[in-house]
Amino acid sequence: MSTEVISQIDVDRTRGDFHYPEQHTYDAGTGLSHATIDYISDVKNEPDWIREFRHKALDVFLSKPMPTNWASHDLDNIVFENIRYYLANAQRPTRSWDEVPDDVKRTFERLGIPEQERKFLAGVEAQFDSEAVYSNMKKALGDEGVIFVGSTEGLKEHPEIFKKWFGKVIPTGDNKFSALNSAVFSGGSFIYVPPGVKVKHPLQAYFRINAENFGQFERTLIIADEGSEVMYMEGCTAPKFETATLHSAVVELVALKGAKIQYVTVQNWSANVFNLVTKRAIAHEESEVRWIDCNIGSRLTMKYPGVILKGRKARGEVISIALANNGQHQDTGAKMIHAADETTSNVISKSISIGQGRATYRGQVHIPKHLKGCKNNTECDALLINSTSRTDTYPAITVRGSGNSVQHEASVSQVSAEQIFYMQQRGLTEAQAMSLSVNGFVNDLVREFPMEYSVELKRLIDLEMEGSVG
Amino acid sequence: MSLVIKNLHARVLGGQEILRGLNLEIEKGRVHAIMGPNGSGKSTLSKVISGHPDYEVTGGEVLLDGVDILGLEPDERARTGLFLAFQYPVEIPGVSNANFIRAALQARLKEGEELDAVDYYGDLYKEMDKLEIPRGFTARSVNEGFSGGEKKRNEVLQMAMLKPSYAILDETDSGLDIDALKIVAAGVNAQRGSNIGMLVITHYQRLLDYITPDVVHVLVGGRIVRTAGPELAHELESKGYDWIKEDLADAATA
Repeated sequence: MSTEVISQIDVDRTRGDFHYPEQHTYDAGTGLSHATIDYISDVKNEPDWIREFRHKALDVFLSKPMPTNWASHDLDNIVFENIRYYLANAQRPTRSWDEVPDDVKRTFERLGIPEQERKFLAGVEAQFDSEAVYSNMKKALGDEGVIFVGSTEGLKEHPEIFKKWFGKVIPTGDNKFSALNSAVFSGGSFIYVPPGVKVKHPLQAYFRINAENFGQFERTLIIADEGSEVMYMEGCTAPKFETATLHSAVVELVALKGAKIQYVTVQNWSANVFNLVTKRAIAHEESEVRWIDCNIGSRLTMKYPGVILKGRKARGEVISIALANNGQHQDTGAKMIHAADETTSNVISKSISIGQGRATYRGQVHIPKHLKGCKNNTECDALLINSTSRTDTYPAITVRGSGNSVQHEASVSQVSAEQIFYMQQRGLTEAQAMSLSVNGFVNDLVREFPMEYSVELKRLIDLEMEGSVG
Repeated sequence: MSLVIKNLHARVLGGQEILRGLNLEIEKGRVHAIMGPNGSGKSTLSKVISGHPDYEVTGGEVLLDGVDILGLEPDERARTGLFLAFQYPVEIPGVSNANFIRAALQARLKEGEELDAVDYYGDLYKEMDKLEIPRGFTARSVNEGFSGGEKKRNEVLQMAMLKPSYAILDETDSGLDIDALKIVAAGVNAQRGSNIGMLVITHYQRLLDYITPDVVHVLVGGRIVRTAGPELAHELESKGYDWIKEDLADAATA
């Protein structure tokens, strides 16, 4: 591994903590109403069915209560009327990096985009506030029929594929925030991989919030047709503003027969972002979906990636790392809904709570009575660094019938004083020792991330551990 | 140049005094052995010198080449040149041996200096070969699932890599069968020389058959009560510790 690569993917919180003055051509104003939706639909010049979809979704959003009966009351601090729901400069992303506006280009260059593309990616999309400013894919992939565009372009130019799956994996009314996203979504990726095409290198999307009091609502839909393979990676940052920022995405994955999708997230929002995301996949016969998810940033993250195992022998996996520091609550987990025989699912979750940080694991595994040969394995381990750190685990496992097996393991541990002393005796400072222990704790999961990301993750963990002891 | 322990008093935090005026000087180039019955303060001595947070010093000094190290953090003491081979080496899940030793070496470099990976692995493999440690060891987590022999070999390997100026070997023979003991002792002997002073703490003389000390001390009740050549270890082996305690009792009443 070269230090060059490492420096190019440096995306730490300090590097993300800057912003340029806003100059938006399109601004839906503050607050949310049916007029906001018409503004967005007009600006995007959308077909009527999407406009109707949005209006209906807004009604659903307004009718649903906050889920504070089970979730954090911090949600009540989101003031929906103070948020700006759509901010953009242009309606079409450029294909050429040179045409990206200078301040936006500087932003992404500081964050290491699109050098990454040249290095190891098959395609990159960079979203700045509400719209993608840049989108490009290696030509060879386009020749094979792979589609990698933003959601607006997807719904306008590929309606025959888009309409078939959009909103089908995650219906508007799934939860309050999926309804909100359905009303005001903008940006995100639309990906279609034709049958048998194996995209060797990852496709990457980069999400950046630049504006204050803003909500980013990207919408991603990935369809891997029969026997195809694709890996998608997303990274996200925002500057640190005084006021809360909202990020509420909906991500739908469809793996058709024998397809493989890996979806990798490194979430490093600044600590004022409410990150309320709904992610779900449908896995058809003999297909495989893996969510590889790392949450380091944000004020409150609520995210439970799920797989509906719809076809025989489908496999679903969630690999999740969460790191909660002071002022942060990482409320994460997984949902595995078995709906066919011989389906298997695996959930491995590790969380680290530092200082007053709080990590929560919520898991749902559902295997109905009529199914045979289904298996689930769930492991969730929590590491507490300080005596003020907190972790909670809420597993909900429903398994009926006799031909299925479930395994659940959970542990809570602390870095022991003896471990720290041993490492200090070898010359490591207390903070270095703590960092090494924490990296050791998540090491087996970090290896599941692409190499460039695992290096970055280790560095982010080191940064978070600074000043956590003593 | 020496590690000097002067009139050292120490106890477990809030507990009874265990070390009660201990004096000892370990010169560079020499190997000292401390023997003593259970409860005499042998392990306490190693922990107090290395700065374990469960112990507090209530009097005395420990000077490493003239520097008083008692006010230093454990890692500062280590970087000053002190090494402790643990009686019970600690497991660190998920951290590979290679990364651990590398981090320890890196911690000794100046800010901005980077350990050369090729040289590092060259040195590591050379030292592993001496201790008959197979290559696969580098990728295993530190001490996790190790046998007693593997753990002790790992301690000696770390010592070889970190090149301390003073090393304390705390009950390095415990939990070892005779073959493992021979390998570990050979590893320690290979490191003897003018650049290092060693303190070998042991309950049994057996280890001293393989690591021949220059000086043997007997620790009883938190103090050094006898100092002599290697023959003292043999005397203790045949007569046990009771005769020393009786001698002490006689001396006290005389």
